[in-house]
Amino acid sequence: MDLTALNLAEVRDAVRSKTASAKEVALAHLERINREDRNVRSYLTLSPERALEQAARVDRAVASGDPLGRLAGVPIAVKDVILTRGVRTTCASRILEHYIPPYDATAVERLEAAGACILGKTNCDEFAMGSSTENSGFFPTRNPHDLERVPGGSSGGSAAAVAANLATVALGSDTGGSIRQPAALCGVAGLMGTYGRVSRFGLVAFASSLDHIGPFGRSVRDLAAVLQTIAGRDPHDSTSADVPVPDYEAELEGGIEGLRVGIPREYFAGLSAEIGDPIQRGIDLLQNIGCEMVPVTLPHTDYAIACYYIIATAEASSNLARYDGVRYGLRASEYDDLRDMYERTRDAGFGAEVKRRIMLGTYVLSSGYYEAYYLKAQRVRSLLARDFNEAFRSVDVIVTPTSPVPAFKIGERSDDPLQMYLADIYTVTASLAGIPGVSVPCGRTQGDEASGVPPLPVGMQLLGRHFDEARLLRAAYAFERAGGFDRG
Amino acid sequence: MALTEKEVRYVAELAHLKLTDAEVQHFMPQLDSILEYIAKLNELNLQGIDPMAQVLAEGPPGFALRRDAARPMFTPEVALANAPDPGPGLFKVPRVIDKE
Repeated sequence: MDLTALNLAEVRDAVRSKTASAKEVALAHLERINREDRNVRSYLTLSPERALEQAARVDRAVASGDPLGRLAGVPIAVKDVILTRGVRTTCASRILEHYIPPYDATAVERLEAAGACILGKTNCDEFAMGSSTENSGFFPTRNPHDLERVPGGSSGGSAAAVAANLATVALGSDTGGSIRQPAALCGVAGLMGTYGRVSRFGLVAFASSLDHIGPFGRSVRDLAAVLQTIAGRDPHDSTSADVPVPDYEAELEGGIEGLRVGIPREYFAGLSAEIGDPIQRGIDLLQNIGCEMVPVTLPHTDYAIACYYIIATAEASSNLARYDGVRYGLRASEYDDLRDMYERTRDAGFGAEVKRRIMLGTYVLSSGYYEAYYLKAQRVRSLLARDFNEAFRSVDVIVTPTSPVPAFKIGERSDDPLQMYLADIYTVTASLAGIPGVSVPCGRTQGDEASGVPPLPVGMQLLGRHFDEARLLRAAYAFERAGGFDRG
Repeated sequence: MALTEKEVRYVAELAHLKLTDAEVQHFMPQLDSILEYIAKLNELNLQGIDPMAQVLAEGPPGFALRRDAARPMFTPEVALANAPDPGPGLFKVPRVIDKE
């Protein structure tokens, strides 16, 4: 039995039934990482001691018949913007290259309390700013489906690790699509819950009103099990919601007969056939299994990217002011005075995209521009949220493509930041409205043998009402059961 | 191009970034094209629309506030463990006040 090919529920059953020990599962993954990750490069840091200590705890519990957590023995990768006590956390930035956090993120603490084994920390765009993982301060991660292509981003390392069986599940973070888009490009599933559903405590802040932690998996049940573990009120995060957490795994089986599925025309206008055709087949399948398709309109969609890149960069410029070479992280080796130390430290520590976003965010918040940009974007954000509220009066979930393009070649877009930003066109709206979204594999592009383009994974995005993750996952699960969850 | 070199250097100063001349020349057209793109928000009539600063945090009244009470925190040693230049119970920085 190849222990690295199992999904979460299969690992859990194997460990419980003593078919495999947690130690064997962890070792199988660490060995595979040693062998395969030199090509994909999904991990920045491995934590074998921590994984094996945890596996030993699980195995002792199995041996003595103690109750086991929901994720007992499940190997998990954690995006390197999420703090892990004693395990280096860099945010893929040179400015935090040697940073060892003194505490765990709440999500990490809850995963380990449920028995998960943390294999290591995954690569991403620096401070989660990007859509390709090319902005890592260390090295780009490659798409397991074609090593010449990007895995998407910013959580590209987590998506690639799950796609390449280098972890059973993974945590990522999503600010404008950073879980859903790489999930689509790597042919796995990824979930961003409602804003406030999962504690952000220990998630290094990029844009605080938009940041989320969420799971990647190779099946919908995997997402449900991880969400179940990490969701719920956390006193350490004042924005974490005090809303009951349903039993997401049990709710999967509920069926979707009569589910009203909205098709927003703004998300399909101008969509290429290579993405549009597989998505249409996905929509047809949903209809065949009992969903009712309803055309809806989200009229302000076209303004979402502009709105997002004002709000996200404004918040980022403020959040990243803390990296000044005083309390932690890099300090420039030579400087004239305090001010010079700040500037040289930040110049040496930040990469180009982070500087670009800090500049943009500082500009839109600066005196004389605040109203013209930042305040205006906040008003547009209200309109985008209102669009969804209106649409959800007549439908239960909304279906869209996750990304307008499949995985692109490394280097293809990196010189044109605006083109890169437009890769987020279908994902930023949900982030701004604070509603949950999931991307599920939905077949692949045709590819073009003559020009050497292989078929590449396509992702379908399902969006739901605030705190309606259970219904969203049920729809995704029904889609999977009907054969729609095609990993390409 | 609407964005001037002077503005780019001014914003860099506000952001505590020391940009090289090459970086200024590199970023200027990129920032300019992004600003040109986001100006499309001007097409919208936003009269009477409230700004949305935050997705509502949901829960019972007052749930987001904790009791204002002392609680365990890091020891000074832990807090200083990642400091580039730690002193006894403090972070060292270059002198900011000159001696008379």
